Amino acid sequence: MPIAAGAVGSMSPICADVLQVTALIVALALVYRPFGDYMAAVFASPKHLRVERWIYKAIGADPDAQMRWTAYLRGVLAFSAVSVLFLYLLQRVQNHLPGSLGFSAVSPAQAFNTAMSFVTNTNWQSYSGETTMGHVVQTGGLAVQNFVSAAVGIAVAIALVRGFARSRTGDLGNFWADLVRCVVRILLPGSFIAAIVLVACGAIQDFGTWHHLTTLAGDQQAMPVGGVASQEAIKEFGTNGGGYFNANSAHPFENPNAFTNFFEIFLILVIPFSLTRTFGTMVGSVKQGYAILAAMGIIWLIFVIFMSWSEFAHPGAALHAAGGAMEGKEQRFGVGSSSLFATSTTLTSTGAVNSFHSSFSAFGGGIALLGIMLGEIAPGGTGSGLYGMLIMAIIAVFIAGLMVGHTPEYLDKKIGSREIKFAASYILITPALVLIFTAIAMALPTPIHSAANPGPHGFSEVLYAYTSAANNNGSAFAGLNANTDWFNTTIGICMALGRFLPMVFVLALAGSLAEQQPVPATAGTLRTEKPLFAGLLVGTVLIVTALTFFPALALGPLAEGLS
Amino acid sequence: MNNSVRNTARLTWAALRALLVLTVVTGVIYPLAVWAVAQTAFHNQANGDQVTVNGKVVGSSLLGQNFNLPLRKGQTTPAPDPKWFQPRPSVAGSGGYDPTASGASNLGPTNPKLAQTIEQRRAQVAVFNGVSLSAVPVDAVTASGSGLDPDISPQYAQIQVDRVAKARHLPVAEVDKLVQEHTNGREFGILGEPTVNVLKLNIALQKLAG
Repeated sequence: MPIAAGAVGSMSPICADVLQVTALIVALALVYRPFGDYMAAVFASPKHLRVERWIYKAIGADPDAQMRWTAYLRGVLAFSAVSVLFLYLLQRVQNHLPGSLGFSAVSPAQAFNTAMSFVTNTNWQSYSGETTMGHVVQTGGLAVQNFVSAAVGIAVAIALVRGFARSRTGDLGNFWADLVRCVVRILLPGSFIAAIVLVACGAIQDFGTWHHLTTLAGDQQAMPVGGVASQEAIKEFGTNGGGYFNANSAHPFENPNAFTNFFEIFLILVIPFSLTRTFGTMVGSVKQGYAILAAMGIIWLIFVIFMSWSEFAHPGAALHAAGGAMEGKEQRFGVGSSSLFATSTTLTSTGAVNSFHSSFSAFGGGIALLGIMLGEIAPGGTGSGLYGMLIMAIIAVFIAGLMVGHTPEYLDKKIGSREIKFAASYILITPALVLIFTAIAMALPTPIHSAANPGPHGFSEVLYAYTSAANNNGSAFAGLNANTDWFNTTIGICMALGRFLPMVFVLALAGSLAEQQPVPATAGTLRTEKPLFAGLLVGTVLIVTALTFFPALALGPLAEGLS
Repeated sequence: MNNSVRNTARLTWAALRALLVLTVVTGVIYPLAVWAVAQTAFHNQANGDQVTVNGKVVGSSLLGQNFNLPLRKGQTTPAPDPKWFQPRPSVAGSGGYDPTASGASNLGPTNPKLAQTIEQRRAQVAVFNGVSLSAVPVDAVTASGSGLDPDISPQYAQIQVDRVAKARHLPVAEVDKLVQEHTNGREFGILGEPTVNVLKLNIALQKLAG
């Protein structure tokens, strides 16, 4: 919706940015209650829709059969394993598929990497969409995983919430019912509306073949095609992030203007934030949800402020020479809208980019990296953000319990040694993967040759890659040539372990909590619905992350920023 | 043992059927439904907002393109054509603005190579347009994220007016007016940054020149 330049006066970019962030918060706040409650109703409803019954029949599953945590986990793993295999094979036979646009079969290492990537909700891409993937693989393979991997994440989060809400039972619900309901009642209708909005604003939805034309100045140019709008919608709404094209959401066909950019950021954040309301409703105290929301929101806002500040200040020799941090950024977005997108995509597990993080200021790039290192919890990915933050809440409650010498409780459940072991194992997995794989890659002679930049920035590229993979983010310091057998394989392994090992502990924890008797709150119980606890939670998240990653950050972005 | 193998097989079979049925729903029905609505209600947008001149498609208003002189003998990179408004630098493909290779430079903020490239671009843009080095805005010396950025800043358009008017023997005021007409403010006054769409501006310019 173009507005004449005179009408906007000379508002400064920073002023416009503040207003944009405010508008985004208002938009998210408006849908928080209705959408969060709707999602709670979806998972609590005893009724099945007709189309769902039809799907259950096709699956051969009884949606009303309750599952213990082991059965729930088996469902998650079986479904994901089959998905990896299916997506791998689809890419390997691409040359035989209709609508392949003449692209050949994807190589084994890259097909493995991509299959892992999309099934784990990471959407790391070592390929370039416009020259690798045809219509069928994009729409029938990759986009399908955008839906179901998001739904798997939400299902596991809901199982954990049931663990808190239920007592003296091992039952966590039915995986197939949670999966199907999430797709049919939440992701599909939301994506359909979003896709129509995007296409109305200029995102393409064209299943033909590339258009070849002569430009105004007489050059030849090829114009891409694809089911972009439909994929872009679920890519953001399901916090997936895999671009239809190499340029991802910087590509004008994926993100045509500053309004679609705002809308896409909204889509990225709406499920993760609103799930805290779902959580509060399901455990019978919306205030508990507000405390989690507050912790997520505070961290998000702090990161937005630091990122925007660093990008507007544009430190760094090259950025200084240019007079602004516009390398890798689009004119229609500018610095403010790019910083907001970058923060939101790295603090959720999305990894879509509307600007290229590698060319951000050193601190700006470092903030993106640190955002992922928090473990994707502010507000995090669809489902994974909520269960990740609830794990941190358990750690926070435990620390508070140690301080006052009181057996910790959370939501009327005792946090005993069993629960703490599961939570502690959870938070150790991704840092271990990131640091070990980065160390090995740096110790070997060849992997560093993939880096595009010299010095600390080259190290940051490798660190960013494994951080992004283990935390299932998917964004990159994209100078790194990740399409080598080494990176395709190790990053693929990293994504799988970083997704499914934590899920094992989350579901084990859920099972353990569901079996407990509720303990009545006493005078010594920490009031986890109060602002004090939200503050404690923010502190716990920042301290745990800082302690783990400070040395690595010091070698990369900090060294570059201070040099 | 036998039992657990049978259970695993049954579970895998259920998982496969679940994946296949969800593939039909989200991978076939959903994108085709969006396609049907898009092609009916938003035909132009759904096909990339193709722009035509004299009945021939000359590009998409969303994708930037080069406005260079033909490559001369001995040249490796073509020179920009002074008769057109020039887009931002692009690293998509070897010649820039190649939609088969969208993407950014990914050069880091302290990379000497990037600093050097930016200085070169600044000098080139300043000489080409006959303006001072400090008058060259940031978008004129930085490569965009997509490499297909269709827009430039109003400032970058402004410093090109005199040069274009001279090359086309048009009054400066008329070219300047054209730039004003093609300047878009922030969306809803607060989103993004002001833009000038280079292709649309150049089409209007061509019409003006007749």
